Amino acid sequence: MGERVLAVDDSASMRQMVAFTLREAGFDVAEAEDGVAALALARNEAFRIVLCDVNMPNLDGIGLVKALRQMPDYRFTPLLMLTTESSPEKKQEGKAAGATGWLVKPFNPEQLITTMRRVLG
Amino acid sequence: MASIDLSRFHRTFFEESFEGLDVMEASLLALDPEQVDSETINGIFRAAHSIKGGAGTFGFEAIAGFTHLLETLLDEMRAGKRAITAPDIELLLRAVDALRGLLATARDGGAVDPGTVEPLRAELAQCLAGGGVVPQAAERDEVPASGWRIRFAPKPELFASGNDPLLILRELQQLGDATIVCDVDALPSFGELDPESCHLAWTIELRGEISRAAVADVFAWVEDDCDLSIAALTPTPAQPQSGSKVESIVASAPRAEPRGDSASIRVATAKIDALINLVGELVITQAMLQQLASHLDPVHNEALLQGLSQLDRNTRVLQEAVMSTRMLPVDAVFSRFPRVVHDLAGKLGKQVRLQLVGEGTELDKSVIEKISDPLTHLVRNSLDHGLESPDERAAAGKDGCGTVTLKASHQGGHIVIEVADDGRGLSRGKLLAKASEKGIACNEQMSDAEVWQLIFAPGFSTAAQVTDVSGRGVGMDVVKKNIQALGGSVELASREGAGTRVTIRLPLTLAILDGMSVAVGDDIYILPLSAVVESLQPQPEQIRRVAGEGTVVRVRNEYVPLLPVKDWFRVPGASRPPHESILVLVEADGHKLALQVDELVGQQQVVIKSLEANYKRVAGISGATILGDGRVALILDIAEIVRLATRALAA
Repeated sequence: MGERVLAVDDSASMRQMVAFTLREAGFDVAEAEDGVAALALARNEAFRIVLCDVNMPNLDGIGLVKALRQMPDYRFTPLLMLTTESSPEKKQEGKAAGATGWLVKPFNPEQLITTMRRVLG
Repeated sequence: MASIDLSRFHRTFFEESFEGLDVMEASLLALDPEQVDSETINGIFRAAHSIKGGAGTFGFEAIAGFTHLLETLLDEMRAGKRAITAPDIELLLRAVDALRGLLATARDGGAVDPGTVEPLRAELAQCLAGGGVVPQAAERDEVPASGWRIRFAPKPELFASGNDPLLILRELQQLGDATIVCDVDALPSFGELDPESCHLAWTIELRGEISRAAVADVFAWVEDDCDLSIAALTPTPAQPQSGSKVESIVASAPRAEPRGDSASIRVATAKIDALINLVGELVITQAMLQQLASHLDPVHNEALLQGLSQLDRNTRVLQEAVMSTRMLPVDAVFSRFPRVVHDLAGKLGKQVRLQLVGEGTELDKSVIEKISDPLTHLVRNSLDHGLESPDERAAAGKDGCGTVTLKASHQGGHIVIEVADDGRGLSRGKLLAKASEKGIACNEQMSDAEVWQLIFAPGFSTAAQVTDVSGRGVGMDVVKKNIQALGGSVELASREGAGTRVTIRLPLTLAILDGMSVAVGDDIYILPLSAVVESLQPQPEQIRRVAGEGTVVRVRNEYVPLLPVKDWFRVPGASRPPHESILVLVEADGHKLALQVDELVGQQQVVIKSLEANYKRVAGISGATILGDGRVALILDIAEIVRLATRALAA
């Protein structure tokens, strides 16, 4: 696929897992550890897909999605939230902010790839 | 795609989880139930949340399950649905401890037994139930029908969420045999068409044994952005289901606080050690070049000598820079004390304020790891023996809340750590009485400083009764021994009624040693400077041979056993009589020994090389170093030599 995607998570292990899985699947992955770092990267290039954790310091996933949707390059970009089942209201909050969809933690690499296919066809 | 082995992420997961627990602990301790700071509780929640997410992802279900309760409780607290009480904080702290235990077991490859945390789990569950949380009803899943009739009418703004109806339809096609009919009724004329809005709707007949959940899942992301009905393809009349409206919640404003640690990377300590070792070699090579070049004619070799002196400067700067990578702020060990003090104060019924000063002071990671236990012991001592109960303090006209201060600072090439309290101080009379009771040599004429030193004598304990706080069979003598093993020293100052201060002085690193080089025959030996008391050239009348006890030397009014290093290590060459040699007085574990050497060569910093790793362990030798001229010099292990020599002389 070789698509350029951005993985955002403050947890290094989750970020590594997501990035590693996506790279194995042929994606070209950039990583950011919070919303602020992600925005800085997103300003420089238009990623095909952004995957972000919800709970992050500095700028959380909701804030990141909102900010990205304001940017011309990201008006229709798939923005996926990596969320936990314990917070269904976060999904709605994320949707209201402009998220495309979500993947519920804990997920395994196969589920992650399935989700990527959902937005890439 | 080949399946991915998740264990490769475990190390990072454990590292970040333990860090997360430290954050939770520190934040919980900082949490004031009267006035809850939302950022603090958010930080605690985030840490728990990350641990749960990681544990679930990486296959530690028991940990994820336990953390889930913790997280739910924290979530209710941060949402303001639950008041935060002091018992809640205690419960959360205990949960943090339990979690640390579970994670440690998992990290070390053990099977995590959820039973070990069962009582705590029950307590958390009870606490949650007490908050009146309504358990969520499980979503019912309908029996698979022969197929589904789906009406999918996206709202115009669907595209703005990044979703694409085409992909959804394709996904449905993968579930079963789909007949898709497009409804173009809402399509405006071309002139009025907004290409960024969705104007189409679809009716899909999906045949096959497909569960409602599978169909609903395809629309999960868009159910609020469309009108959707999913009806069974049976003779029974369809029951339309429309997507419910959900009110939007405004996200909390982004926080602007920068994170301090974002500019750091993780490096394995082994890599840094390898780097330090290589730089050590470089320093030696450089010193050898320097020595060789000293024989060269400065006029003919000006450029070369200039280059060498530049190499000398750069090598030194490089060495310092590399050494500094092993340096960590002492906060790494200080940060555990708020918890220690909190728990202990509660147990002892005392009010204690902990003051941390100079947490940013840096020292070698290996030293940090080794001072943790001695410091804990000193802090426990301060709380248990040093500080009075609130009543006693009030009676003495002091603030009911005592203060324990932990302070770190740099002094020269050393780090100085002080543990001070404003408690009752040491009582000269009690100490002397105790010492004579224990058979420790003492007398009324001793100076205060000498009396305080009695505390470090083996087997000394001032507590009238052994408590479960300080009396763990580890005395101040062990603290002193541990500090000395690091090449450091311990001093104690006290004033009755005003408090006690213990000062620890440590080398910044264990990779370098302040040494005194001495010559024995043709060999050079290094003595750790911290063990050296004095050196002297004795008069013949100071030397005595004692039957059965070897030779002793009288230094002032004390007889110190004498050990000729030449005989001890069987160095070839003729032995000199003691009065034609130099005696270096060393001390370890309270015992003195006079080492007889031929000459004092000088004081220098040496880079320690492990003898064990490169050769094998040798009794009385703690390591080796390479001198500027390329020769190897052995570093003496004074503590061991003193022990072996006292035993040999006594036998």
